[in-house]
Amino acid sequence: MSQEKTIKTTTDIDSLRSEIRDKSVRVIDVRREDDYKHSHIPTAVNLPLANLLSDDSPERVLKLVNAMGIDDETRVVVYDDTFGALASRVAWTLEYIGHSGVSLLETTFSNWKSLGLENDNNIPEIQSKEHSIHLKPEILATSNYLETSKDKPNIILIDNRERLNYLEQHIPGAISLPYRTLATPDKILRPKEDMKRLLDNRGISGNSEIITYCGSVGTLSGLAYYALKSVGLPNVKLYVRSFKEWKSLEKPIAKQQDAHYWDLSAE
Amino acid sequence: MKVSNLKQSHPDTPKPKINWARIEEAEDFANTVKLFRQGKYDEDSFRRYRLQHGAYGTRMTNDYAMVRIKLPAGEVYPHQLEKISQLSEQFSIGNAHFSTRENIQLHWVILEDVSEILRGLAEVGLTSREACGNSVRNVMCSPLSGVCPDEEFDSTPYALATARFFLRNPLSQNLPRKFKFNFTCCEKHGMVRMVDVGLIPQTRDLDGAIQKGFKIFLGGGLGNKSFVGYQLEEFTPEEDLLYTSIAVIRIFDRLGDRKNMARNRMRYLVNDMGWEKFQNLVLKERAIVRATQSVITRLDIDHTPSIIKRPIRISDESGSSIPDGYTRWLKTNTLKQKQAEYSSVFITLEAGDITSNQITSLAAIIREFSSEGHARTGFLQNIALRYVHKDDLPLLYSKLLTVGLAKSGALTMAAPIGCSGTTSCNLALTNSHRLAKEIQRKFLELKLDQDDDLCDSSIKISGCPNACAQHGIATIGFFGGGGRVGKEMYPNYQMSLGGRSDGETILGATCHRIPAKRVIPVILKIIELFKQNKKSDDTLKDWIHRIINGKEDSEIKSILDIRKALDLLTIPPTKEEDPDFYTDYGSDSSYHTKTGKGECAA
Repeated sequence: MSQEKTIKTTTDIDSLRSEIRDKSVRVIDVRREDDYKHSHIPTAVNLPLANLLSDDSPERVLKLVNAMGIDDETRVVVYDDTFGALASRVAWTLEYIGHSGVSLLETTFSNWKSLGLENDNNIPEIQSKEHSIHLKPEILATSNYLETSKDKPNIILIDNRERLNYLEQHIPGAISLPYRTLATPDKILRPKEDMKRLLDNRGISGNSEIITYCGSVGTLSGLAYYALKSVGLPNVKLYVRSFKEWKSLEKPIAKQQDAHYWDLSAE
Repeated sequence: MKVSNLKQSHPDTPKPKINWARIEEAEDFANTVKLFRQGKYDEDSFRRYRLQHGAYGTRMTNDYAMVRIKLPAGEVYPHQLEKISQLSEQFSIGNAHFSTRENIQLHWVILEDVSEILRGLAEVGLTSREACGNSVRNVMCSPLSGVCPDEEFDSTPYALATARFFLRNPLSQNLPRKFKFNFTCCEKHGMVRMVDVGLIPQTRDLDGAIQKGFKIFLGGGLGNKSFVGYQLEEFTPEEDLLYTSIAVIRIFDRLGDRKNMARNRMRYLVNDMGWEKFQNLVLKERAIVRATQSVITRLDIDHTPSIIKRPIRISDESGSSIPDGYTRWLKTNTLKQKQAEYSSVFITLEAGDITSNQITSLAAIIREFSSEGHARTGFLQNIALRYVHKDDLPLLYSKLLTVGLAKSGALTMAAPIGCSGTTSCNLALTNSHRLAKEIQRKFLELKLDQDDDLCDSSIKISGCPNACAQHGIATIGFFGGGGRVGKEMYPNYQMSLGGRSDGETILGATCHRIPAKRVIPVILKIIELFKQNKKSDDTLKDWIHRIINGKEDSEIKSILDIRKALDLLTIPPTKEEDPDFYTDYGSDSSYHTKTGKGECAA
């Protein structure tokens, strides 16, 4: 295994508050611009996920990162109001271009506010910085990669969409681990021991190569990516274009046959 | 302590009196699944173990289970519902299902995740232990026990004590087959003759003192072959309740059929032996049980009355208008309790299904409106909120409306029962579940829930001849099968009429085979026939009852007459004329019957 800095997957509220006080962190709020302008965690900058996704080529991401005043050494914490899924996608993108000091806030902005913690609507002035670019292809899975490697014995493919969607259609060989499974009511990720036990039961452990995917842009599976990292699993990849691309490429699809499970839904 | 752990709980909420859970069972389940997957546990032993822990098999797959959460006497508390909501989102399909036996079921759970559900349930004192398999199943109690104007006394504490006595009791771990207790409040609201042991509370005057006891019915049950239970004796005093229960279970354990899986419920034993002989055996065995207890065994009955405390709220009487539909809902979903000023409110769900968000909302609504601080599940895939103050009913209605839980017709024919059918069950032949939903939607659209002539009738649909939806006791009952035209198959139902589960319990009489896509027109046709021929204060239930008993003097005199009137509707069209006829609800491909192995008999 490569020698990496040990960065915790999530940052707890208390640590973030003291890092903000010490001005030793760049906080990224990935909610929509309007929400951000209304109120956010003090000192946070805004990078709406949609903005990132409009072009997430490394060159563009680099520009965005520089503009947020992030260089290779800047410690970054990302948060959202969508149980950590959007924040995860942004964090993963930073990691992909080679940033090694990024983690997720352990909770959502709503929960932060409901605890009565500081928030304001000041927009910080940012001095641009220069980040280097060292792509990490080992955390990315493409459809080609998936197709050629998914049947190898030591690969676990995980579908993080809701169970009914999984039953209806999924990539052959994938196992179902809905994103909701990863969280607790007030934390975006379960405590480590809890998560470990859950994944152990499902046979997700050890030295397997693990690939996560979800419906379209790698948000839910981004959260799963960090869930797996949080228990120290070393080899995790995100299939960032996910099931939407897989389907559009007309790749094979598996389905749970001969049962009308949708009719159990009260939606 | 960290800031983030400081979330407030609800200090005022009443807590359940009994903890049904054992946390170590979760761990054990996880380990057993691992051993099974490694081939160190044979298939049969594993299945028995899995069922004993409340995890039932799922249609056409070994990868998933259904977890059946027991709610003894139907009692469920807000924090328990919140946990169930969370578990359904995490490990199931984001929906839960309320059953006809006061259980809540989580479907399509990955077998390896079942232990996580058991763990979660243990956190809130719930269990799925012995919810399946050959054991004493969830002990039921009428959702109106304690509030019913017609009851002699509240049987809830007895139901809870019975559940507690038999849960994990070695006496009932390996019975020939499942075993069911139903307690009720009165004749009208119970289902005591359709179960292994059915109990109605009653009192008698004993030298000037009031003695509590039960009317006990034995050997009833619904299934491929159904039987009506027999009353054991005139009056069984409360101190004999446990001895009687033990005696019956011992006899069943000793003499029940362990070989023929299709005939091993106790009702077959009673039927084969003859009632008088069985009755004699029970009375003898009871004497032995009573005489040979080295330590006095008794039910641990908690008679502490529930605290009834109307939740405090900041009233907003200014602009709050009563939403549309309130009168209809009030009429068809609420019952006045024996306690003045209070009502019980029934929430009907489409075939018992509820989303996890709705469960969370329901928990909040219980806290806000039920003066006893918990809810009761009912016999009709529904939920009862009791001790709602009459002044709070309009506000409760608007709250239910905003979360989609205010469907009217809960206590009428417009709340049909559908078992899970082909949505998850291995044995199912048809999508009875969806059909029940379709019927409910049609009934509400036609406002038939408001029709007084129909309100005491019922519709129940099973997806196969086994009677999980209790079709045998429905006014109009159905069970699924396949019909055939040449090489083509279509979903079909056997229809029975006139079943009932009250003091005049009788199984429905077989009437006709109805193609799935014709069930709704057929029901409406029956209603039309009834309207044409009814007497002035007739209900559909009474009318059908007269027909079945040969006492009707109008144009329709017999089941055969009804059958004839429906003949036209049952003729299959060709596939070219109507391809939809050859598909089941919820499916767009041609119908074919497909079943797996049943688990009832495991």
